[in-house]
Amino acid sequence: MKVVLSWLKDYVDIDLSLEELARLLTRIGLEVEEVHSIGLPYPDDSVTGMKSDGHQEFKFNGLAWAPDKIVVAQIDEVMPHPNADRLVLCRLKDGVDEYVVLTGAPNLFEYKGRGPLPQPLKVAYAREGARIYDGHAEGLVLTTLKRAKIRGVESFSMVCSEKELGISEEHEGIMLLPPDAPTGTPLVDYLGDAVYEVSILPNMIRNACMLGVAREIAAALGKPLRKPVHSLPVTGAPLEGQVAIEITDPNLNPRFVLGLVRDVRPMPSPDWVQRRLKLAGMRPINSIVDATNYVMLEIGQPLHAFDYDVLVERAGGKAPTIITLDNVERQLDPYTILVTDTAGALSLAGVMGGLESEVTDRTRTVLLEGACWNFINIRRTISAQRLSSEAAYRFSRGVHPSLSQWGVELGMDRIAGWSGGSIAAGLVDAYPLPAVDPVVEITVEDIHRLLGIDLDLNLAAELLKRLEFICRMDEDRLLVQTPPHRLDIGTGVTGKADIIEEIARMVGYDQIPATRLSSSLPPQRGNAALEREEKLRDILARLGLQEVITYRLTAPEREERLAPLDGEYMALQNPIAPDRRVMRRSLLAALLEVAERNIRLRERLALFEIGPVFIPQPDGDLPAEPTRLAIFMAGQRDLPAWDGASPTRLDFYDLKGIVEAMLAGLHISGAVYELAVDARFHPGKCASIVVNGSQLGVFGELHPAVQRRWDLGDAPALCADLDADALLACLPDRRETLPVPAYPAILEDIAVIVDEAIPASRVADLIRQTGGKLVVDVRLFDVFRGDQIGSGKKSLAYSLTYQSMEGTLTDRETAQVRNRIVRRLEQELGAKLRGE
Amino acid sequence: MSEEQHPILNQLEQIQQDALAVLETAVDEAGITAWRSAHLGRTSPVMTVFSQMGQFPKELRPLVGQRANQVKLALEAALAEQAERVRQAELAQKLAAETLDVTLPGRPQTLGRLHPITQTLREIYRVMGEMGFQVYRARDVETDDYNFTLLNIPPHHPARDMWDTYYMTTPGMVLRTHTSPGQIRAMREYAPDPIRVILPGMCYRYEQVSARSEIQFNQVELLAVGKGITFGDLKGTLTDFARRMFGQNVRTRLRPSYFPFTEPSAEMDVECFVCGGKGCQVCKSSGWLEILGCGMVHPKVLENGGYDPREFTGFAAGMGPERITMLRHRIDDIRYFWSDDVRFLEQF
Ligand SMILES: [Zn+2]
Repeated sequence: MKVVLSWLKDYVDIDLSLEELARLLTRIGLEVEEVHSIGLPYPDDSVTGMKSDGHQEFKFNGLAWAPDKIVVAQIDEVMPHPNADRLVLCRLKDGVDEYVVLTGAPNLFEYKGRGPLPQPLKVAYAREGARIYDGHAEGLVLTTLKRAKIRGVESFSMVCSEKELGISEEHEGIMLLPPDAPTGTPLVDYLGDAVYEVSILPNMIRNACMLGVAREIAAALGKPLRKPVHSLPVTGAPLEGQVAIEITDPNLNPRFVLGLVRDVRPMPSPDWVQRRLKLAGMRPINSIVDATNYVMLEIGQPLHAFDYDVLVERAGGKAPTIITLDNVERQLDPYTILVTDTAGALSLAGVMGGLESEVTDRTRTVLLEGACWNFINIRRTISAQRLSSEAAYRFSRGVHPSLSQWGVELGMDRIAGWSGGSIAAGLVDAYPLPAVDPVVEITVEDIHRLLGIDLDLNLAAELLKRLEFICRMDEDRLLVQTPPHRLDIGTGVTGKADIIEEIARMVGYDQIPATRLSSSLPPQRGNAALEREEKLRDILARLGLQEVITYRLTAPEREERLAPLDGEYMALQNPIAPDRRVMRRSLLAALLEVAERNIRLRERLALFEIGPVFIPQPDGDLPAEPTRLAIFMAGQRDLPAWDGASPTRLDFYDLKGIVEAMLAGLHISGAVYELAVDARFHPGKCASIVVNGSQLGVFGELHPAVQRRWDLGDAPALCADLDADALLACLPDRRETLPVPAYPAILEDIAVIVDEAIPASRVADLIRQTGGKLVVDVRLFDVFRGDQIGSGKKSLAYSLTYQSMEGTLTDRETAQVRNRIVRRLEQELGAKLRGE
Repeated sequence: MSEEQHPILNQLEQIQQDALAVLETAVDEAGITAWRSAHLGRTSPVMTVFSQMGQFPKELRPLVGQRANQVKLALEAALAEQAERVRQAELAQKLAAETLDVTLPGRPQTLGRLHPITQTLREIYRVMGEMGFQVYRARDVETDDYNFTLLNIPPHHPARDMWDTYYMTTPGMVLRTHTSPGQIRAMREYAPDPIRVILPGMCYRYEQVSARSEIQFNQVELLAVGKGITFGDLKGTLTDFARRMFGQNVRTRLRPSYFPFTEPSAEMDVECFVCGGKGCQVCKSSGWLEILGCGMVHPKVLENGGYDPREFTGFAAGMGPERITMLRHRIDDIRYFWSDDVRFLEQF
C-alpha cells in the first residue's frame, strides 16, 4: 500500500527523517519496500550529495529539492516569443526579483498575449544550479540548470513539470499550483512529501489505511493519535422512511448502513484531495467518488455511492446478471452476495458497483452505503468473477462492522464538503450480527512463557492501550479487550498468543534478549534412511559420478519415451504447463533428459540421481513415494589427453564395475547378477541384481531402438534403474573386520576352457566353493576365444590367491587344493585345463 | 736409511703423478675402464713394481713395497672419486634429457560431485545437528488437511493467498507448498516428548518458471517444541545459525511478520554479505537479505500436533536452500538448479 507522509501527519506528529520512519515502520511489521521522496532529502542521495554512514537500509527514489534553488513562483503575464511560435515568455516573480522565463509548456498557451493576468499562476520555479530531471529524456536523467541562450533569449531558470520534479511521469505542460501557494517559499516546504510503499501482512488489513498506519506509528512513538472527525452540520430532512434495509443472511452481511446527501454538484475535488489520492495510487474522478475513496484510504472502510434518483426510477423484473462498473455483464454464482433494490441487482457486494446506479455528473442525490461483508464470500466472488478492487481487497481480509457507521458519517461529511449539498439527518442502520470483540486474559507468566521476558503488567497495559486495546487489571491478571477496528485477535490460548505478539511488537523484537535453548534435549533419534541415502550419494560421487536433481513433475509422454505406460499417475488438477502435469513414475526417464542436454558438452558423461517417484494407491490413499537410484554413463572410458592414447568407449562392464564398487562401498555382499529381460535395455546386455532374495533392479546398455528416442549420440548409453529403498535395506547393521594375514600369500593362475554357454560366475563360484577357506581371492584376468581352443568355447583365466591364517602354505598344500579345483571343474562343467 | 734415495722411489712418485695427470681425461664409463686397466691393471707401472720386487736391494724391499702400496691405494681412491663424478655427470645428463614441459596439462581425472543443493542441505544439517536438531523427512504429496487446515489455515482463509498451490486430481490432495505439514507429522509421532527437528524437502509452487521463481524448490524448517521454549530462544538459535552459515560477525534483524501457524511471527534478515550492508544489486540496495521466516508455534498447531498449548511452547523457522545458495554464490537464475547443466554443476 502507498502511504502518504503528509496524510499521516494529519493524525500523528512525526518528527523523523524519511529513513528513520522507514526503519520504524519495518520494525513494527509494516515492511517498507520502497520510499519515494517528493522533494524531501534522503540518505545517499546522489542529488543532494548527502552520503549515508555506509549502511543503506531502504530503497529510495525521487528527487530532493534544494530549498534555495526550487521555489514557489508566480507568473504575472504570459507573452509571445518574438521568434518562436511554440515557446512563450513568462514574466515571473520568485519572491526575490522579477524575471522573464522561457517555456514551451502547452498549458500556458491559453494565457499568451492576454496582458497582465488578473490572478497570477502559481508554479514551481527552478533557479540556476538546480538539480532536476531532464523532462525530455527517456526515463529519469538528472541534469543541472545552466545558463543558455535559446532562440536569442537568455535562459538560466525554468518553470517545472511534475516529471522534472520527480513527482510523476507527467510532462505535458508545467505543474500549476493552487492560487494560495505562497510565492517565494521553498517548494519542499510547501509540497515536500513522501510515499512509503508498505507491504500489508494478511493479519494487518486494519493498517491498509492512513489512520491504521498512523495508529501504529503513534503507538510505537508513544504519541497521541488524532482521529478524523466529521464537522459539517446536518441540515437535511431525516433519512428515516426513505429507505429500508432487508438482510437475508446476517452471516454474509453482518451490517449495512445507509446515509443520504441531497442537492450535490459533482465537480473536481479540491487540489489537495486530488494530490493525496494520486500519491496513494488512485485516480481522482469526481468529488463524490473521490470522497468514498478518500474515506477508504483514510480509515479503511470501503464505501459505495449510489445515485438515489436512479434507484427511485428503476423498475422492472429482477435480472439474474449484473453489469458492473467496468461494463462487464456478470453471471452470478449462488454464493455471490448482491446488493439489490426492489428492481433487482445493484452491486456485487463488497467488490464492485453496478453500472446503472453509478454516480455521474448529473447525480444530485447520493445514497451512501457502508457495509460489512463475510470475507470468505468476498474471496470466493473475487476468484469466481476474476475481479478485484480496492474495496474487495479490504473486505476479503475482513473489515470490522463498527467502521460501517463511522465510514458513512465521514463519507457524507466529505461529500457535502466537496460537492455541496445537505446531509440528511440520521442513518438507516441494519446491524443484525454485532461484532463481539474478544476479551483476553494475560498474566506475567503468559508473557514470560512465550517471550522469555519479565514484563510488568501495567507496562504491558500501557503498550496495549496505545493500540487502543481496553485494559483492566484484575488482581494479577490483565483483561484486554480488543478495540472495535480489528478482527485478528482470537480467544482463549490463541487470543493470548495474539495479544502477546502485539506486546512483543510494541516492546520491539530487537529488545527481546536472545537466549540459547535451555529446555532439555529431546531423546535423540537418528535418521537411518537419510544417513544411508547420503552415504550412497558420497560413494557414487567418489566413483566419479555427478549428482543431478531433476523435476519431480513431468508428463506421461515424456516417460513413455523410455517404456510404455504402466499404471496410473498422480496428476495435477491445475498444472502450470502441460509438460509438467503429473508426478513422475520413472527417475531414469528424467535422468535421460538431463543426459540429452549434456551429452555434447563432455567426452564422458556419468550422472546419477537419488529421488522419489510417485505411485498412486487405491482408495484415495496418499501415493507411495519410493526412492529410486538412476545412473547414466556414456562416452569415453578415460578423458582424452594430449598424448593421443586411442579412446575407448564405456561399456557394460564399466557400469557393472560402478555397481560392484557401490555395493562394496556399502558393504553389501552376495549380489547375484543374471541376464535380465527388460524392453528398455539391450536384450543381451542387461543384468538384474538380487541381494539376499531382494530385487534391486536392473542395469545395462540401453536398447538401441530406445536410445534413438533421445539425442544421445551413438556411444552406448549405460543406465541403471535401481530401487534405492531395497538397496539401502541391504546395508548390514554392523560388520566385522578380518585380521590382516600374518603369513605370505601364494598366487597362481589357472586357465580353463569351457563351453560358451557357461556363465563366468559359475566357474568362479565353483573355484571358491572348492577352494574353501584357503582360496581367499579369485580374480578373472583374461577371457579368450579363438581357433586354438575351438569354436563354441572360451578360455577363462583366473588368478587365485591361496592364503592360510595358520601358517605359510607349502607347494604341496596348494597343489592339492588346485588339483581338487581342476577335477571339480572338469567333472561339473566339462572344463579342460588350458595348456595341457 | 741411506741419504740417497733409490731411483725406484722417485719412479713410484712419477708413476703416481703420471696416472693422476691423465685421470681427468676419463670422463665416461669407457674412459674409467681404460684408465683402470692402464694404471691399476696387471701390467700397469705400479703393479709392475710389485711383480719386480726381487730386483731391489733386500733392505729396500719393505720400503718399496710400502710406497708402491701407497701409490696403488691413492690411485684406487682417485679412481673411485672420478668414477663417482662420471656417474653423477652421466646421470645429470640423462635426467636433463628427460626434462618435461611441466606446463602441459595433466591427464584429466573424473571428480564426481554432489549437487549444490545437496551440499547446502548438508551444511544446514550439520550446523543444526550440532545444536541437537535432527532431520525429519515427510512426503511430497500431502493432504489439504496437513498442508493447510491443521496448520491453522482453514479453507478460504485469506492466508491461503500466501501460497500458490498445485491441487491433485484426487480430491483433498495437494503438492506440499511448504515442509510445514511435516511439523504436524513430527508432533503426532513424538508427542508428548520434546522435539528438535529440521524438516527438509521439495515443495511446489503454482507459478511460471522464471529466473526468480521455480515450480519446485527445497525448504528446510526448524521445529522445537518443549516446556519453557521462548521467543528469546528462537532469536538465539537463529542468530547462532546465521553466524555459522553466513559469518561469525554477521548482523541479523528480526521484524514482525505473519504466518498463520506461528504467533508471534517474524522475518529474519541477515546483513548483506555481498556488500557488507552498503547496498548492492543482490540486496536490491536495501543492505539486508531476507533469509527466513519464523515464529512461536501457534497454539492451535500445537494442539493439532497433540501438545497442550498451556503446557508446551515451541518455535519454527523456514528457509530456502536455493536462495541461500544463490546469495552465497551470486547465482542470478534459479533455473540453473534443476536444469542440471554440467557446466553449472561442475563449479561446485
Ligand atoms: Zn548488498
